[in-house]
Amino acid sequence: MQHFLTTESLTLDQLTAILDTAESFINADGSSVKKVPLLRGKTIVNLFFEASTRTRSTFELAAKRLSADILNMNIAASATVKGESLLDTLRNLEAMHVDMFIVRHQDSGAAEFLSQHIAPGISLINAGDGRHAHPTQAMLDMFTIRRHKGAFDQLKVTIVGDLLHSRVARSQIHALRTLGAKEIRVVAPRTLMPTQLEALAVDRYDTVESALTGTDVIITLRLQKERMQGALLPSEREYFQLFGLTPERVALAAKDAIVMHPGPINRGVEISSAVADGEQSVILQQVSYGIAVRMAVMSMLAGH
Amino acid sequence: MKIEILNSHICDPLNTIDRVDTLYIADGKVVAIGKPPAGWQADQSIDASGLHCIPGLVDIAARLSSSGQPSASSISSETRAAVSAGITSLVCMPDSNPVIDSAAQLEYVQQHCQSSSQCHVYVIAALTTGLKGDMLTEMAALKQAGCVGVSNALQPLSSHLVLRRAMEYASGQGLTLHYQAMDPALQANGCINEGLAATRMGLTSIPNAAETAAVGVCLALIEQTGAAVHFARLSTERAVRMLELAHSEGANISADVAAHQLFLSDQDIPAFNSNFHLLPPLRSADDLTGLRQTIASPLFSAICSDHRPLEADAKLAPFASTQAGASTLETLLPLVLRAVEEKLLSLPQAIALVTYKPAQLINIDAGSLTPGSAADLCLFDAKQEWTLQADAMLSRGKHSPLLEQRFKGKVKYTFVSGQLVYSETS
Repeated sequence: MQHFLTTESLTLDQLTAILDTAESFINADGSSVKKVPLLRGKTIVNLFFEASTRTRSTFELAAKRLSADILNMNIAASATVKGESLLDTLRNLEAMHVDMFIVRHQDSGAAEFLSQHIAPGISLINAGDGRHAHPTQAMLDMFTIRRHKGAFDQLKVTIVGDLLHSRVARSQIHALRTLGAKEIRVVAPRTLMPTQLEALAVDRYDTVESALTGTDVIITLRLQKERMQGALLPSEREYFQLFGLTPERVALAAKDAIVMHPGPINRGVEISSAVADGEQSVILQQVSYGIAVRMAVMSMLAGH
Repeated sequence: MKIEILNSHICDPLNTIDRVDTLYIADGKVVAIGKPPAGWQADQSIDASGLHCIPGLVDIAARLSSSGQPSASSISSETRAAVSAGITSLVCMPDSNPVIDSAAQLEYVQQHCQSSSQCHVYVIAALTTGLKGDMLTEMAALKQAGCVGVSNALQPLSSHLVLRRAMEYASGQGLTLHYQAMDPALQANGCINEGLAATRMGLTSIPNAAETAAVGVCLALIEQTGAAVHFARLSTERAVRMLELAHSEGANISADVAAHQLFLSDQDIPAFNSNFHLLPPLRSADDLTGLRQTIASPLFSAICSDHRPLEADAKLAPFASTQAGASTLETLLPLVLRAVEEKLLSLPQAIALVTYKPAQLINIDAGSLTPGSAADLCLFDAKQEWTLQADAMLSRGKHSPLLEQRFKGKVKYTFVSGQLVYSETS
């Protein structure tokens, strides 16, 4: 692998190798190892065209724990505002002899586009492009699932929420399918469900109750406030009534089901506090595993 | 100057000629087919055995510049590309910058064409000032200056009422409205067909209803007003079916498709390849099948290129941020021939849709080999195979969803008013 752009084209072996490598960066207590010299002397640029706290900082920590030098570029507030094209921004940074770019951009396909124009020998990691893909998030979710559930082949996984706008859901669906999940269920208001999603081997459900019944993994997605503006939804209140994760709904799932969320969470909108902070929630573990998984992807791209 | 073109397979659908014969040209006009005029002495003789000879193509939708208004050099390059592909009459759409919305603008383009163009160029003028959708252009003045139709291209009209008034006013001036059906609210900045490809790539999509809803409204207004409308660049099967029904009930309507819409669907789009960013978008495989099944319908009066040359930069960005459009003049005839090969149309049916039928639609004297008409013609080798390569394209724009495809059928000679303007070896 030279770049890490999407989970869609990856094989079972590649996905498993990432999860296994991530495992090697985890201490017995579940935290990631503090320092390894794998990327010493390498320069990594966090190139974020869209605001992010968690993803950017876990990439930064992952790079530091691999002993790389990392530079944070918040482009949203600088070059493109001055009219510089995406490609010019890339060229300028390449001239600083960077080894790896971690890119987040609001346009679907931005990472793919940059990877086609990047100088040979430089790696690119997609940290989220529009509604298209967020493959490291999906891999840390797979890692979390595997740590709690072991094998994928008997698992029923339910994804609840705004699938239309979710790059996370798309990447999760591709990864789950390749890893062999038994069922991938999706449920959303019809206005937030992409057309022909069934073609990606998922089962569409009409109610959150039916989608959750007997499921082993519950993934709920963040609902952006701006969805109320485009007439996609009437109100947050009604959304919570119909799709919000409450203890009663979680009780429909398997007894040992885990509850996941890519963050940041909107309490009382897509998830109740009782569930977010409850025993079945693994939301904070997702964040800490994010460091190990990103260390794995970075070191694998660097040839380790 | 007297030219004879010997032994080509002449296909002239208007005159129902479809046979091997000799064509005689004198003083820029076709003078006879078969039997030479009395006392014929050719100055030049072209042995065209094995070639097809058809009227020069009439392309009713193209642009002659990538950005800004058509200039001497862009007119020269794009019309050069046109004649290399057998197109001898080209219609320039009004959506350049500035918009062709006044007689002065139209005359400016015409003047540049007079000195730099290699083929006949006509103009469809803007329907509303600046294509902004609010105020009607001075259509009488535009008509007098020579426009062959009016259109708002892909720009929306501000209301159905404006559409109604524009239809009525244009009809009153004897101008055909070329209407590109696209409901702007349903289009919602989409850049790809609503379907699996959009879902996979996470791109904002355009539903079929953006086209069918606009067609429905326009049909209601046609029924109200009796105005004539040409539906341009259809992309959905449903819209075609709606229009076919109205056509069979006697509505004064016609339609066209861009040639590539007959061969590509959204399933052919390689991940985020911006050469496939087109408007209207490439639709589903079902729509593609539907368009292919209906292209022989009497509703259709043209297959066009929808040519839009773009600078390299225009496609150098993530898919949604790139400009829609492609350079398609050079693949119009090859795709029409492919339609014949794939039995969507007979050869005369196919040639009719790129010659006399579009000529009648825009009311110009072209598209046939009738003795006395201008000798605009194209000689092509139907068997020669070639591959479309960006660096070999004559258009300034090098973007096409058809790059690297194999084609059958290559233009050897193109005549405009009896002048040889292109030969393959030149």
